[in-house]
Amino acid sequence: MTDASMQSPETGRHTVSLTASDARTKKRAAAEKRFRAYGITAIATGLFFLIVLFASILSQGIPAFQRTVVSVDFTLTQQQQEQAEGTLFKTKAYSDLFISELNSELAERGISVDFDAAAIERLLGKVGGTIRTFYAENPDKLGEPIEFDLAASSRVDGYFKGRVSRDTLQDSRFLQLSDLDLVDALKEAGIIKQVFNWPFITGADSGVDNPGGAGIGASVVGSFFMMLVVLCLSLPIGVAASIYLEEFAPQNRFTDLIEVNISNLAAVPSIVFGILGLAVFIQFMHLPQSAPLVGGLVLTLMTLPTIIISTRASLKAVPPSIRDAALGVGASKMQAVFHHVLPLAAPGILTGTIIGLAQALGETAPLLLIGMVGFVARGYPDGFLAGFTEPNSAMPAQIYTWAARADVGFYEKAWGGIIILLMFLLTMNIIAIILRRRFERRW
Amino acid sequence: MSFVKLSASALAIAAVSATAAAARDNVQVAGSSTVLPYASIVAELFGENTDFPTPVVESGGSSAGLKRFCEGVGENTIDVANASRAIREKEIKACAENGVTDIMEVRIGYDGIVFASQQSGPAFTAFQPADIYNAIGSKVVKDGALVDNSYNSWAEFNGDLPDVEIAMFIPGTKHGTREVFEDKVLLAGCEATGAMEAMIEGGMSEDDAEDACLDVRADGKSVDIDGDYTETLARIDTNPNGIGVFGLAFYENNTDKLKVATMGDVAPSTETIASGEYPVSRPLFFYVKKAHIGVIPGLKEYAQFFTHDEIAGGSGPLANYGLVADPELAKTQDAIANEVTLGSGS
Repeated sequence: MTDASMQSPETGRHTVSLTASDARTKKRAAAEKRFRAYGITAIATGLFFLIVLFASILSQGIPAFQRTVVSVDFTLTQQQQEQAEGTLFKTKAYSDLFISELNSELAERGISVDFDAAAIERLLGKVGGTIRTFYAENPDKLGEPIEFDLAASSRVDGYFKGRVSRDTLQDSRFLQLSDLDLVDALKEAGIIKQVFNWPFITGADSGVDNPGGAGIGASVVGSFFMMLVVLCLSLPIGVAASIYLEEFAPQNRFTDLIEVNISNLAAVPSIVFGILGLAVFIQFMHLPQSAPLVGGLVLTLMTLPTIIISTRASLKAVPPSIRDAALGVGASKMQAVFHHVLPLAAPGILTGTIIGLAQALGETAPLLLIGMVGFVARGYPDGFLAGFTEPNSAMPAQIYTWAARADVGFYEKAWGGIIILLMFLLTMNIIAIILRRRFERRW
Repeated sequence: MSFVKLSASALAIAAVSATAAAARDNVQVAGSSTVLPYASIVAELFGENTDFPTPVVESGGSSAGLKRFCEGVGENTIDVANASRAIREKEIKACAENGVTDIMEVRIGYDGIVFASQQSGPAFTAFQPADIYNAIGSKVVKDGALVDNSYNSWAEFNGDLPDVEIAMFIPGTKHGTREVFEDKVLLAGCEATGAMEAMIEGGMSEDDAEDACLDVRADGKSVDIDGDYTETLARIDTNPNGIGVFGLAFYENNTDKLKVATMGDVAPSTETIASGEYPVSRPLFFYVKKAHIGVIPGLKEYAQFFTHDEIAGGSGPLANYGLVADPELAKTQDAIANEVTLGSGS
């Protein structure tokens, strides 16, 4: 009986061939297959959104890197310059000189389309500033013909990029349908053409009527100085705080309280840090408004919890055997931490820092209240220290400002700005990866 | 150890910069998002045409700007507040409490408020203020009685308007534009439809009735937009029946996307607004802290440059962008030259 009872399950098992799987194995295999399918679907969904995002950023942002210019020889005499400098609205005087010269040159060349000075004015962007700056910097060039590439107006630029078409254009003081004939003729003559948009990469913000002159360069510098402040303050403070909490601090209620509060701080809305920055740094400490220094300080507060949390996690991940071995051969606690634990935790700390910095780089809300969002077009700071205190904007703030402007030319610039921001971020990430590779050790 | 050095140097840099920052050399402006475009045009030209650094112009709305303006006197406060409405008594009092007593008022010109819908949507051609009130007021007169607004379509109260669902996007309460919209459209419409009279007959005092006239229905037919006009434009873009409230300059920059509605049979343009034919317009201002003149370099020059004939006049860049030039600009220029403040009489 006992034999028989033991036999029956065995025979049951024997009847199943090893090569053919039974129902339960099939079920498990199917479950695994399904799980893999879920995983692939999740990745595919993520990838799909990523591709849509990148495609829309690139398709809308790439045109910002091209600009339409009126390229023509222009001669300014010293007398003309003196006259223009004598007026109040100097850039207008330069622009008028250029328009009249272009007008007479086109008349000489015999352009087949009717035009007048007013039409030329509609085709041109704000060109006076460019001309004035050039002659202020190169006074020896007075009296000789110089080839200028001057920005065309926003609507002419749109015509070249397909934003404005003959069907949708409505006659206005900005551009008239008949002007497009002149644009076509000038394009044929090689006077109006598209070139790479260097001013967009190197320039500063411009007034709302001058999308052709707007650039993101100055705000890249602003963001750079802010990140410098954030890095120099939040990394040492964050690492010191987490080493103490993790390696030296006694475990008691007080340290528990600190721990909980650090985690809470990481969830505080970023605008709160802006309010704090306004009250403490500007109104109490009298630091300058709109300065990257204050922006950096505010973002430091925001980044600290991220860095502390990730540093503590990577310190915890170092095996205790390494600490024990160091202490065992007579190292002091500090030597054990600084010679052995910290180098091993460095890659994790770096990752946390980069995530924190990347988050800070894209933040606009805290900057709203300390005066970095708006029209800040001071240009490049004079010198390294001035970079911290002179009014400047930051990349996300600049993008936000452009997106809110009436002229569609700025909308395109906003997308172009996003591309530059992503490239800045990519550079930061690459530096982090290189550093991490260098520090990485295995145990 | 390098961390110690790093943080020490960072602190040193911060300290040095803080002391170096003692003197602000640029004009600091904040306020109305309607004035912001004009102020940014002037700020850019001011930086290009003078030896002073380019002023910083922040946005945020008239009320927010005046609030910051009234925070006190000193380099850590703003010098100029832009506003798309005149300063209120309450704000002048708040200013005085914080030591901001001498305020110069500068009127830069006029701005029209236009109603526009999607270019490809139905045509809203014949608005009267009464129509807007009927569409979004919270209490309207229907068949002789004052009832909660239940209109769904424009055609229900004006046969000339298309029979489509009501969807209005109006400026939020923090915008100065809202006040003008309430004054010149809602209140005017409330009186024209007889709703105000009915409210007073119903036992309300005149002040209460005026307040009640400004109440906007809360069932989603009217949406407050707290952001900029671009947000309104985005809403209109996705809603063919939507009607948005815009500034004239914004509309003129987007004529390919927007179709403008007439108000009282007049189409908005700089000419009709200057002549007063188009009813919904308002003056734009900025306010200057007199105590900062002579302390912040370029402040008075900025105000003078802003109001110069070549800038704010009829053929200047501001008018070209959409500002309706002030016919009394010369008076404003004199007031700035003499540093005339509010309350001292001009």
